[in-house]
Parts: sequence; structure tokens; C-alpha cells
Amino acid sequence: MNPFQYTEPQAQRKVPAMQRFLSFLKYAILLALGASYLLPFYWMVSSALKNENQVFVVPPVLAPFPPRWMNFVESWTSLPFNTFLFNTLIKYALPVTLGTLFSSALVAYGFGRVKWRGRNIFFAICLSTMMVPFQVTMVPLFVIFRQLHWINTYLPLVVPAFFGNPYFIFLLRQFFRSIPQELSDAARIDGSSELGILFRIILPLARPALTVTALFTFMGAWNDYLGPLIYLQKPAQYTLAVGIDFLRQAMTTKTTHTALSYPYLMAVSAVVTLPIVVLFFFAQRTFIEGITLTGLKG
Amino acid sequence: MAVTTAKKQKIPRVANTTRMTRMERRNFWIGLAFISPWLVGFLLWMLFPLVSSMYYSFTRYDLLRPPAFIGLANFNEIFAHDPTFGTVASNTLYYVLIGGPLSVVAAFLLANLLNLKIKGRSVFRAIFFFPAIVPAVVIAMIWSYLLNTQYGLINGAIEALGMPAIRFLSQPSLAKPSLIMINMWASGTAMVIFLATLQDVPREYYEAATVDGANAWSKFWNITIPMSSPIILYNLVMAFIWGFQDFTLPQLLTGGGPNQATLFYSLYLYLNAFVYLRMGKAAALAWILFAIIVIFTLITFRLSGRWVYYGGGDD
Repeated sequence: MNPFQYTEPQAQRKVPAMQRFLSFLKYAILLALGASYLLPFYWMVSSALKNENQVFVVPPVLAPFPPRWMNFVESWTSLPFNTFLFNTLIKYALPVTLGTLFSSALVAYGFGRVKWRGRNIFFAICLSTMMVPFQVTMVPLFVIFRQLHWINTYLPLVVPAFFGNPYFIFLLRQFFRSIPQELSDAARIDGSSELGILFRIILPLARPALTVTALFTFMGAWNDYLGPLIYLQKPAQYTLAVGIDFLRQAMTTKTTHTALSYPYLMAVSAVVTLPIVVLFFFAQRTFIEGITLTGLKG
Repeated sequence: MAVTTAKKQKIPRVANTTRMTRMERRNFWIGLAFISPWLVGFLLWMLFPLVSSMYYSFTRYDLLRPPAFIGLANFNEIFAHDPTFGTVASNTLYYVLIGGPLSVVAAFLLANLLNLKIKGRSVFRAIFFFPAIVPAVVIAMIWSYLLNTQYGLINGAIEALGMPAIRFLSQPSLAKPSLIMINMWASGTAMVIFLATLQDVPREYYEAATVDGANAWSKFWNITIPMSSPIILYNLVMAFIWGFQDFTLPQLLTGGGPNQATLFYSLYLYLNAFVYLRMGKAAALAWILFAIIVIFTLITFRLSGRWVYYGGGDD
């Protein structure tokens, strides 16, 4: 035992110090990044509560006091945002979600649970359509819907959803295939029809995949900007997404700009974001699972 | 004799082949019935538009008069006589080639940070992911306010430090980098996919590397990156495809300006179709875009053989 080699306590003290520094660094980076992710949203909410005098102050006011809650009411009523909300929810998001769910589940059953000649060819065609950029069909679809006199209605945005969405057909098919075949066989022996099997056996077991489909379709409609922009040209028909842009154009040009322009814009933005926050709070796992499911297998 | 052989031949045929065929035929019609919504939709909203889009690309069409066949004039104009197209092409390549990889790198680094042993991982994951699901319109409103030269928070901070304001969105040289930065900030989807991948990497690999004396950097370089390389490729391809088609954020934040610095492909296509009412040229632009995306994806996959590692081997 050479006493000069006995250096363990020192080494032990040294490693935790290094580890403590690395751990500190890790959390410092995380907190700084987390702040940079939250700050824009905090800025939105705090700006939504500012009065005329707090908007242009340097350095910027981070916590306006007293908060001006009237911004929410005034901005919401400065344009028919109640109508926009109704349009977005009832005329767009809800029918698109229902249509996509129903049609995609039917088609996915045909591709995943029924064995028939030609199935693989049709499925390959279905998957390959996912690669076509929407811009390629954008012009002719507009021409078709124009000839059907569907412009300025929600039909161009809603009707195609009832013909299945390849993305969710694929997701649901993968999920349906993971359900044991014996369950279907047993039901067939009991005399159940294929539709009966789909609705009584497959769909109840496929709830996670159906939830992902519903959530993503709803979010897609709620967030969509280009679709309504192309097909809806009358303000009374606007969705929330287009409505926000409409409000911005009405409030931030040089002639119309007022001290409350940005607070109003942030107030409406915050209201439109709120349902997403609520959905995310309750369905965070579905979001994460849905993205890993569709992302990894897509 | 003849009767019996006929009987012998006939009976099995009836018993076997037609019953199988009937079953097969039944299943064929059932399968077809189930996929019929997609099949009808495919014919109406995909195949017919594809064919007419191809036709429109050879015509002059302003919606008011019927399309007039002009051969390859649209393509000739786009490639040879349209000064804007060169700007649009270089803008888009800048946005896709620099912005795409940067947002993938940002997502990958965030995922690795979250994969460390940390408290409150799910909270941080939620925070980093959240911008990816907020409506793009809201993202655009928030950032156009944050980056505003006169009233924005960021320029407020810069001016408080005594420095001149930065025109993030209204200076041509800064507009594209600003948009790319916002896309990196909102790359939560790719981050979530990466995080799932990282959690699938077998712990034994890292333990074995630790026993062999590998440091954190060499573990990251020799285990983490090779094991995630197929998903890096996937996210990169998705970033490219999405980047070529991005519309909402540039449309709302910069509207193609300043001085056409953010006039990207899909904005130019939209302008031609719905503002200039040049449906024929827009259709031609769309087919060129389709070809570019296909070529780009093929090149990315071709180059990927050099750096992507598939754990399952070549099966």
C-alpha cells in the first residue's frame, strides 16, 4: 500500500463537482430554451392585455397593469368573429372530421381486413397519391368546383373529406391489421356481416388510431389557411384563420393603424390558440403517439 | 365408361373451382365496396384533376375564356423568358437547402437534450412541441409583432442595449434567415419523432461503450447518430418536401417581400393562379414543382446510402 497512491477521496470529490457543473449546464440550457419557447406566447397574452399607453413604451411592458380585458371583447366584435368561429367549427372542422373518420375507416377495412384480388394494386395507388403535391391538383380542382358553383361555399373544403384521406387510410389500415384475425373469423361464423364486424369489433378496438385521426383532422381544419383563402371570398364566410389575417389587414396598414391594433390582434390570436392549448392539455399523449405512429410508419 | 368419366371430371370442378371462385368473387366485391369511397374520390379529385392539370399546362387559361392550346409556350416562358422564375427558384432552393437541414438539426439536438436524465422531461417536451400545433396564422401574427422594427419586443430589447434596430422581416438579406429561424423554433414534430427513436436505441450499446472508455461525444457520434440515421433521413426528406410547398408562414409574414426576397415557389404559383389568373402557367409551374420534388427525394435517398445505417441489415 503506497500512501502516495491513495487519491480516491480527491477523485471522488472531483467527479461530483464536474457532474454537478454538467447537470447545472444541462438545466441552464433547458431553461433558457424553454423560456425562448414560452416567451412568444407570453408576449401574445401580455400584449393582448395592454392599453394604449403600454404598447409603445421602451423598454416594453411585460406585465401590463391594470390588464385591459376589454381588448378581448372589442377585438372579437370588431369583425364578426362569432360567425368565423361558427364557420370554422360547424361548417368546416366538424364535417371534415366526421367525413374523414367514417370514409377512411371504411376504406382502411377494405384494404386491411378483406382479402381480395387486386387489393395490393389499389393500395399502392392510394399510397402513391400521397406524394402528389397539392399544388398539382389545386388549379383543376378550383376549375371543377367553380363549374359546380361551389365557390364561396364550404363544399370544396368538406366534400372531398368524405372520400377518404390516404394518410389516415394508411394509419387505420396498419392499426386494423394488428387486430387478431380470429376475432373476425369468430364473428363471421356467428353470421355477422363485414360491416357488422367493422363497427362492432374493429372500430371499438381501434379507438387510439381513430382518436389520432379525429384529432389531426380537426387540427388541420382549425389551422387551415390556404384552403379557405382559395375558396372563400366573402368575409361572412371566413374561418378564424382567414379572419385573423383579415383583422390584421384592417388594423395594421398605415392609415388604419391605432395604438390598440396589436393588442387586438394578439387578443384574437390568443382566443384562437386557447382551444389548441386545452386539446393539447387533455390529449398530449395522443398527439405524441399520433406523430410517432404516422411519422415513423408514414 | 364415358358417362362415368364425365361425371368424375364434372363433380370435382363444380365442387372446387366454382365454390372458390364464388368466394373470391364475393370477397372481391366486398373489398371493392369498402374502398369505393376512396376509389370514387381518387377518380374525381385526383386522376381527373391530374389529367386536366397536365392539359392546362399546355394552354392559356384565364377562367373567363375556354383554355386555348399553346403547346410548350408556358414552359418556354417559365424557363427562358420569366425573370421572376430565377429569383423564385433561388429563393426556394435557399429556403429548402439551408432551412430544411437546419430545422432537422435543431429538432435532433432538442430531442437529444430531452433524452438526457432530466427532471420534468414531459413538461419540457410539451413546451418544445407546442409551437408545432399552434395555427400557422397565429405563429405568423406573434412573430411579425415580436420582430417588428418599431414596436417589437426583440427590437425593443436591442434598442434598450443601445444598438440600432434590426429589420428582421423588411430587409431582403434578413427575411429568409428570419423565416428559417421561426421554422427551426417550430420543428416540434420532428423532435417528437426523434425522441421516440432515441428511446428505442438499446441501452446496452451505451453501457458497452462506457465500459470501453468512450466519452459522451464519441457515444453521440458513434452510437446515437448511426442509430437515428434512418429517421434523420426521413425527417430530412419530409423537411425538403414540406419546404418546397410552404405557403402560410411566408405569405403572412412577408407576403413574398421585401423586394421578392421571400417569393417562394408556392407563393409564386398562388399568385399566377389566383391573382394573375394564369391557370395554364400555374399548372405548368405545379408540374415542374412535382418533378423537382421527385428528383430531390431520389437524390436524397441515393446519397443516403453513404451515411444511413439500417440496423436490420440488407434484407
